[in-house]
Amino acid sequence: MSAYKNYLIVWATLLVLTAITVGVSLLNLGLWNAGVALGIASVKAALVALYFMHLRHEIKLVLGFALFPLLILALIIIGTLTDTLYR
Amino acid sequence: MPDLSALNGGEASLASHDVDAVFIIPAIPSSLGNFFIPLLIGARDVAFPRLNLFSYWIFLAGIAVTLFSLLQPIDTGWTFYTPYSAQSSAAVTTLCLGLFLVGMSSILTGLNFIVTIHTMRAPGMNWYRMPLFIWAMYATSVIQVLSTPVIGITFILLAAERLFGVGFFDPAKGGDPLLFQHFFWFYSHPVVYVMILPAMGIISEVAPVFSRKPIFGYRAIAYSALAIAFIGFLVWGHHMFVSGMSTVAGVIFSFLTFFVAVPTGIKIFNWIATLYRGSITLDSPMLYALTFIFLFIIGGLTGLFLGSLATDVHVHDTYFLVAHFHYTMMGGTVMGLFAGLHYWYPKVTGRMLNENWAKNAWWLIVTGFNVTFFPMFILGMQGMPRRYAEYPAKYQPLNVVATVGSWFLAVGILIMFANFIRSLRNGAPAPANPWRGLTLEWSIPSPPETENFTEIPTVTDWPYSYGKKTRHDRGK
Repeated sequence: MSAYKNYLIVWATLLVLTAITVGVSLLNLGLWNAGVALGIASVKAALVALYFMHLRHEIKLVLGFALFPLLILALIIIGTLTDTLYR
Repeated sequence: MPDLSALNGGEASLASHDVDAVFIIPAIPSSLGNFFIPLLIGARDVAFPRLNLFSYWIFLAGIAVTLFSLLQPIDTGWTFYTPYSAQSSAAVTTLCLGLFLVGMSSILTGLNFIVTIHTMRAPGMNWYRMPLFIWAMYATSVIQVLSTPVIGITFILLAAERLFGVGFFDPAKGGDPLLFQHFFWFYSHPVVYVMILPAMGIISEVAPVFSRKPIFGYRAIAYSALAIAFIGFLVWGHHMFVSGMSTVAGVIFSFLTFFVAVPTGIKIFNWIATLYRGSITLDSPMLYALTFIFLFIIGGLTGLFLGSLATDVHVHDTYFLVAHFHYTMMGGTVMGLFAGLHYWYPKVTGRMLNENWAKNAWWLIVTGFNVTFFPMFILGMQGMPRRYAEYPAKYQPLNVVATVGSWFLAVGILIMFANFIRSLRNGAPAPANPWRGLTLEWSIPSPPETENFTEIPTVTDWPYSYGKKTRHDRGK
């Protein structure tokens, strides 16, 4: 059972974060609505990647391959914003 | 008045030519890579053979769905720009599904190749002893894995807009049609490097073998492949200069586009330096490799004209662009592929090609190619737009020249394939190493046995020494 303990804790944390997301959606935070929702979602995604997808226990190379696409994601967002912000 | 029915038919066949060429050409690195990555790194197979098979079958399924969707003429062009593609009555959704499957296959193959190159290299083959074709395939695979998901998701968004009316790209619902173009080109620009990088890898193999000289600037060629892959992700906006995108973005993307020319120029310089004072033999693979270098210089340099914001405003969507694209993709990718096919044919089939016929075909192909596409540079500069079935009489003579050139090109390619087919049965049996190459595939019989190597070789040097003393500590 102890082998599953970490997974259960992570699972419970994910459920709590989901509840928080639902709760926060009832508040009107203006511009922060999207920010808070995306922030919580990012924490959840990180937990899934680190524990359920074992990234925490992988070698640095695999970690690098998992993180590199975040740079690419940043590039597409920045590149698109240079268009939409200055139109 | 233009004959509109002919125009529509032409448009549709053009679009399917584009779809086939641009979305299916990535199969070239998959097929060459599957055969030659394990051979060149001294492995028996790729890292994940089952995943490989799965990738193959979904590729076939994707192609089948794509071709099926093209039965009904597609009227969106190959770029499926919204808002038209969201409303068109053509089979856009089915086409999206087909290309999504092809893309899935591309991602899995890229992943497989990356893991193979990391984990399956023969003992002693460190990164700087790897053949340059492997570096090129590595860079290619990284692009496939990172860019293809973007187009896959974009197809899903487009399908959601068509099927469920979700307004991702519809301004009336708060969407943005240009967002589609950003996503589309974020994949479709890097994918031209998926096509050209393996061809560049082939040239890096062929040039030293037929010059009998160590390759010049090994590390520069290797790292320039990775640099091209990375910079390729920063320049997509140069396809959108006249789309209504902000001028600020236009300036930035134009500036960044020039950076791609640097690693490309490094490669060209190094290949030419490899030829310098070499003992050059003009066998058919080398002829195609030299053709690649010659044509790609023209294609690459005209790319700079198009990447330059102010010039592009004038020549965008003209035949100048068509000429540039074909000089890079046909003069580059396809000539590189032909070089590779002639170079590795003996290894793949165990038979030698008829060299005379190979050279006859080469003459026709090179002449035909230039007669077909060079006039398009002039036509484009004169202002002839692309995708027009009817045009003013002053453009007629050069169009006729281009058409005649295409006949030579087609006959040349037919002869080349006839040679491939005929040599399968009638070619002289190929020795293990007909070109006296030093990469590992030439150390085993032609064709290779199942699982390539009976005993995995141990690598002690880079594969480009060619009798000359190179640093014995190379790669340590």
